[in-house]
Amino acid sequence: MTWGYVFRRLAMFFAVVLAATTVNFIVPRLAPGDPTAAVLEQLMSRGQQVQGAQDIVTVYRERFGLDDPMIVQYGRYLFNSLRLDLGSSISYFPQSVTSAILGALPWTIALLSVSTVIAFGLGSLIGALLAWPGSPRAVHRLAPFLMVLSAIPYYLLALIVLYLLAIWTGWFPLGGAYSVFPNGFSFPVLWDLAYHAFLPALSIVLAGLGFWALGMRGAMINVLGEDYLALAEAKGLKKGRIFFKYAMRNAMLPQVTALAIALGTAASGSVLVEVAFNYPGIGYLLYNALRSSDYFLIQGVAFFLVITVAFAVLVLDLLYPLLDPRIQRL
Amino acid sequence: MYSLLRNTRAALLYLGASPKMIAGLVILALLLLIGLVGPLFIDVRLAEPISVRTNQPPSADHWLGTDSGGRELLAVIIAGTPQTLRMGVLAGVIGTTIGVMLGLFSGYFGGWWDRIISGVTDTMLTIPPLAILLVVAASVRAVNVEMMALIIASLSWMHATRVIRAQVLTLRELGYVQMARLSGLGNFSIIFREIFPNVIPIAFASLVGATSGAILSGMGLEVLGLGPQNTPTLGMTIYWALLYAAFSRGMWWWWCPPIIILALLFIALFLIASALDDFANPRLRSQS
Repeated sequence: MTWGYVFRRLAMFFAVVLAATTVNFIVPRLAPGDPTAAVLEQLMSRGQQVQGAQDIVTVYRERFGLDDPMIVQYGRYLFNSLRLDLGSSISYFPQSVTSAILGALPWTIALLSVSTVIAFGLGSLIGALLAWPGSPRAVHRLAPFLMVLSAIPYYLLALIVLYLLAIWTGWFPLGGAYSVFPNGFSFPVLWDLAYHAFLPALSIVLAGLGFWALGMRGAMINVLGEDYLALAEAKGLKKGRIFFKYAMRNAMLPQVTALAIALGTAASGSVLVEVAFNYPGIGYLLYNALRSSDYFLIQGVAFFLVITVAFAVLVLDLLYPLLDPRIQRL
Repeated sequence: MYSLLRNTRAALLYLGASPKMIAGLVILALLLLIGLVGPLFIDVRLAEPISVRTNQPPSADHWLGTDSGGRELLAVIIAGTPQTLRMGVLAGVIGTTIGVMLGLFSGYFGGWWDRIISGVTDTMLTIPPLAILLVVAASVRAVNVEMMALIIASLSWMHATRVIRAQVLTLRELGYVQMARLSGLGNFSIIFREIFPNVIPIAFASLVGATSGAILSGMGLEVLGLGPQNTPTLGMTIYWALLYAAFSRGMWWWWCPPIIILALLFIALFLIASALDDFANPRLRSQS
């Protein structure tokens, strides 16, 4: 791995963080209306008498530095964002935005990473079998079913799964991540966590399975024409060895690239899955923030979503040369 | 120009015989019919809140029942399906147009332009679209369908740029492009008259993909309650249904139809995109 490659990937990571911060900074300022006046209007519309409204506006403008030049405000915003000071939350008061998000983030990361790994692994295996001439017939019958599955988005699948397996049959809990908040790790606690996580995870796995299977099928078809497979067969290698070590291993490379690209969409989708299942990750936090117009928290969730995915992509990119030594030369 | 016509004919012949394409188009046509023919039989004004009795199960008067806000749900579906489609197509067309342009220029000119455009494209691809859309939609507040389409379009050009650029990189080295360059044709003529016709199948596949992605993003915003508040759309119907706990109250007629229609819409677009992909990438074709 060359330093130039590492440096470029790191630069990309910081570019993403910078872009996210800039969007968070610019967009609210482009929106019509003064934020402090908007807050006052909100107070007044709830029937509260606001004495000396103009003074309050002046004080707030000064306090938040809204009268400083834009570039100064931007610099300050950037600095605060980078040390994760994203203001305080209204709906989770007195928690700060960062601490509210850090409390929810582990749930999201655990749910998303476990189910993405399962969907990626299982989907790739099924996809490879779909393209492999020697695989059993039953596998080929799966193809149309997987296609339909890959077309239906996470959220709709989550609602269907929720209805069928939780409301209609009552086999699984309606939502939440635990019966009692877990203290320490024992077998019943883990069982309870897995029991609650099953349906959200199932939705994410089902929604992702078709995508990975179809991608792998395409990559595998391209690999099947290669000469080294014919050679491996001519040498008399076992079928299983050719399948896993020769064909699948090479077809996996584009899948890993696709994983880096798909993570962003997967994260967006799983945020909505959390909303459907009241799963206490950042998706649920976001839903509460939206319902109480907790603007700082909305921005904070967006910011963390972007950095988490960017970080995962960075790790994948840095691992990639270990899988494919040719990447160094790029 | 002649080759363009011939290619179009070949494409139509191939796609006309593709079962995926036919199935996708048939579903899409049925969904379009809901919006076109429906208003002739049903008064779509009943899709407004407080126009009928609330919480009625399906009956002879209200085929799909009514919701807790006093909307007739059949009218909501008839009024909402075309809105969802319009938003998706609008965002898809704008996004793909931008994407194709950037892809053509970046692939053809190479050099610094290419580095900047593909750097930005790759970076943007890793950003969860929902994150940016949220921030924008939450601060713009009162959005309408067109505005939502514009916001979503600004995040749906990257895929087109990527695939078009890759294609242009190989096309520009081909003999006929070199020939056109040697014969003194300008860069823009080469891009639009020689290269562009050859990326049309891929551009079409990206258009369908971008439309589907735009509907997905739109639905994401809507089910979070950030969609257009005054226009009935399928996503907003699901949002209201969840907000009023239609699931646990057993009001299946409220949430089932929008989910089924959205799912059918995504399946139709997927089938069409997949047929176009098969056409553009013959190696996949032989196997399926």
